[in-house]
Amino acid sequence: MTTTVDARGFSCPQPVLMTLDGIKQADTGEIVILVDTDTSKENVSRAARSQGWQVKDVLEEGGQYRVTISKEQ
Amino acid sequence: MTQLKNIFATRWGIIGVGAFLGILASLLQKWGNPGNMGICVACFERDIAGAIGFHRAAVVQYLRPEIIGFVLGSLIAAYLFKEFRPRVGSAPIVRFVLGAFAMIGALVFLGCPWRALLRFAGGDGNAIFGLLGLIGGIWIGTRFLKSGYNLGRTEKTYTSVGWMLPLIMAGFLVLMFIFPQIQGEAKNGILFYSIKGPGSMHAPLIISLLVGLGIGFLAQRSRFCTMGSFRDLILFREAHLFSGLASLAVFAFITNLMVGQFHPGFVKQPVAHTMGLWNFGGMVLAGLAFCLAGGCPGRQLFLAGEGDGDAAVFVLGMIVGAGFSHNFGLASSPTGIGPHGIAAVIIGMLVCLFIGFTMRKK
Repeated sequence: MTTTVDARGFSCPQPVLMTLDGIKQADTGEIVILVDTDTSKENVSRAARSQGWQVKDVLEEGGQYRVTISKEQ
Repeated sequence: MTQLKNIFATRWGIIGVGAFLGILASLLQKWGNPGNMGICVACFERDIAGAIGFHRAAVVQYLRPEIIGFVLGSLIAAYLFKEFRPRVGSAPIVRFVLGAFAMIGALVFLGCPWRALLRFAGGDGNAIFGLLGLIGGIWIGTRFLKSGYNLGRTEKTYTSVGWMLPLIMAGFLVLMFIFPQIQGEAKNGILFYSIKGPGSMHAPLIISLLVGLGIGFLAQRSRFCTMGSFRDLILFREAHLFSGLASLAVFAFITNLMVGQFHPGFVKQPVAHTMGLWNFGGMVLAGLAFCLAGGCPGRQLFLAGEGDGDAAVFVLGMIVGAGFSHNFGLASSPTGIGPHGIAAVIIGMLVCLFIGFTMRKK
């Protein structure tokens, strides 16, 4: 199951806090995080990796980013 | 391109930027800026407030080109790398108030987080109290962040909104060319200039501006932030930003040693006082305000350069805060704290706590 974290409009550290909350709740699987600045994209990716998650995909659409992170069971 | 685009945001990238900042800050002092104040965002915004007459403290009036360069350098980087994102609307009035009290706290200590590091790297032991206060204030801020504090979402907006602070800064620069400093004169046209004190000490305009542009550019690329350094360490045990900050301090220290600017001790340090408790207290207030507003004063300038209108409001809050600081006798001087500095720190803390407690979403 994929959960979505909508962190658009927030600046650091909120997107990272929201991502970490998502990771805590999901434990494993896939999470999509929506952000709208490059800084948030980088910070969210860095935070995910530090938690042992993989950054699967970063898609840019209309000035926003869709960061997909995942962790195997 | 992606590799190139992100090189400054890597671990080594941010360490390199920290080194660049540290060396240049030290050299700016050599080239004329005040002692242990090669760069100080709070002090320089205070000097700008003085130059345009928001306060009339005669010794701290100069339209510092470094600040102008920070904003414009960041704007250039943001456009070159397609990161200019005009946005606004995340509780701007709260950011204004936080900016004002951040400045009031910083001027009780006498320096922003950058200058706290530079003072430390120049041998000023009083800076230790300021740095501890800064960490303490940020720690309080992280408690609020953990309990759901945030200022709400921004909205995408017109490009011209993001241009407001860069245009104000460009306007300041034009004023400096129209009304340049005249040796020995306290005023030229509408601009005030210090003829003695820290405001009279400055590197040549063009050097200050170029260094400012360079730092603004690199800081935008690397997301350099002193408050974020400590915040991420406390909140996530994440040392990425901190490595840049440590690099700044180490390289400023080495450069100071090399050019003979390292003078260890507590008394008679340049633009500093020895009241440890209030060096600490002022920075607790500043650190908390920075944390609640999401960035140190430098970072707010770089964010404003990349289109963040809320960060721009914080900057204006700081400049107005500097006016209050000197007009109300809140700012410290080398002889000690101002007559109403203590009251201002207490009121500032109460205001920050009010903001922190009442703006939480679960």
